[in-house]
Amino acid sequence: MTKNTHLKWVLRLSALATLAAGLLLAGCSKSDSSGSTGGGGDKPSAGEKTSIQNIGSDTMVNLAQAWAEAYTKVAPSVSVEVSGGGSGIGIAALINGTCDIANSSRQLEPEEVEKCKAKHGHEPKEFMVGYDALSVYVHPTNPLNEISIEELSEIYREGGKIDKWSQLGVTLPGGNDDIIRVSRQNNSGTYHYFRETVVGKKSDFKLGSRDMNGSKDVVELVSRTPGAIGYSGLGYATKQVKILKVARKKGGPYVQPSIPTTLDKSYPIARPMFMYTPGQPPPHVQKYIDWILTEAGQKIVEESGYVPLPKK
Amino acid sequence: MRAQRRPIEVIAEKGIEFLIRLCGISAILFVFAIFFFVFREGAPMLGKIDLGKFLFTQTWYPTSLNQARYGVGALIVGTLSVTTLAMFIAVPFGVGAAIFVSEFCGRKTKEALKITIELLAAIPSVVWGFIGLTVMNVVIQKVFNVPVGLNVLNAAILLALMSVPIIVSIGEDSLKAVPDSYREAGLALGCTRWQLVWRVLLPAAKNGLLAAVLLGVGRAVGETMAVLMATGHSVNIPHSVFDSVRTLTATIAAELGETSEGSDHYRVLFLIGILLFSITFAVNLTADLIVKGIRKK
Repeated sequence: MTKNTHLKWVLRLSALATLAAGLLLAGCSKSDSSGSTGGGGDKPSAGEKTSIQNIGSDTMVNLAQAWAEAYTKVAPSVSVEVSGGGSGIGIAALINGTCDIANSSRQLEPEEVEKCKAKHGHEPKEFMVGYDALSVYVHPTNPLNEISIEELSEIYREGGKIDKWSQLGVTLPGGNDDIIRVSRQNNSGTYHYFRETVVGKKSDFKLGSRDMNGSKDVVELVSRTPGAIGYSGLGYATKQVKILKVARKKGGPYVQPSIPTTLDKSYPIARPMFMYTPGQPPPHVQKYIDWILTEAGQKIVEESGYVPLPKK
Repeated sequence: MRAQRRPIEVIAEKGIEFLIRLCGISAILFVFAIFFFVFREGAPMLGKIDLGKFLFTQTWYPTSLNQARYGVGALIVGTLSVTTLAMFIAVPFGVGAAIFVSEFCGRKTKEALKITIELLAAIPSVVWGFIGLTVMNVVIQKVFNVPVGLNVLNAAILLALMSVPIIVSIGEDSLKAVPDSYREAGLALGCTRWQLVWRVLLPAAKNGLLAAVLLGVGRAVGETMAVLMATGHSVNIPHSVFDSVRTLTATIAAELGETSEGSDHYRVLFLIGILLFSITFAVNLTADLIVKGIRKK
């Protein structure tokens, strides 16, 4: 009997611990990274490996990893440690001082600049490192080919009137008429950008969208769901989804997202991608960012499916 | 007679005793420390927020530029709906398996089954979530012809599979605790095995079985990763098992990492933590009291 009692205790505690551990983990994810901030302050000495902590935008994470990998060949003594999670995570890390470079697929809000200034004494420094064409994805069997910003807004906005595919004039094979809205978690840079340019700055999203935790998850879910529509970076396009052409106004010119249409600004929902450092970066970080802005660094932007900065 | 102990042995004995006691107390300390931490982070919001609105409205717009609204009604309903459906699936399976393992199967089958069930408990929840996202999503879409497979049913099936091991092992324990004299008496009266289980064993073990189920509920309420991936993560009051929902735990997991420390959003997430803590605490306490009830008998 005592053995059984022990087992019960263990199980009972473990049930409690599941919740507790979940909370702790969530709480620790911030303080964890605070231990490794040394990279910013350490002076790089000869022969020693210096590390750069690079946290943030999920849209940019593939790109940031490609950069980090290529940079090991340029400067073997520097290791760049990239982690994603979302622009919100990067900006939180920037404010809390737990990263050297924060990636963000949106510009800092004035309020965030203030917070950063209060914490570190100077304004964060902004580097524009490329563009991303935010693409609208549907399932390949969906007959729809183009959509306007107004229609997208009606689909996604709180109080918007479109929630059936038939309202857009298409009938899906299989007969499901409901539009399955796929969106992002509410602190993602992509979510913020989409809200600002499509849904309306002062409006909110319609509740009941499937809020995915990563750019890739959006494309993944759309590819498996015939009635779905979703938005995500062009770099995440796969063969299992269809990219819609987008127009500013209904009936206006519908534009395919691509490098030229992003650079000439004819594609309406393209956005710059940023890297932020808390104040003037130390030399090894500055060198890394300088390298990203060279032709070699910008070539990687294009190879990863994003849009490089226009050549000077 | 053994020789008198050397002083060093006495000290070592005392030291070890102290260490073991510390281990025992530490569990309690940890629970209280966690509760204290969660409460400290969440409490400042209690004064600022209308609790009725927090609990009973369903507009969850924590990052709205227009007007931030923190209503977790839909999230509570989401958690409850997934947990309830999970228990409807898990309880018959779990209790059935416990009865089979304890009463019906041979020694070898019993060992094999117990090992397999323990293995089921060892699968990490993120793996369950992945199965939900890739396999079950498509299966549910095909079988039920619904537009999206990430929904209450998907998550409930996963949670059921995750809580069955707990229900089985504790359920089996409580069946084993029924004295053999009951079984002998039943058989002597000419009971069939079914009558024995239904009329004698289940009533005798009912408290233990109830505790097993409640612990399963605790597991299901607290689960995060699998439900984050399988529910569709959509703020929504479900009208059928094929609607997507969002749970309290998944909301914390998805959003806490991105809030800046001390912001309203951050504190509200901890308030959700307090809510969850209270729910699991109540469930565990009930289970505890029920188990105590058995012991007194």
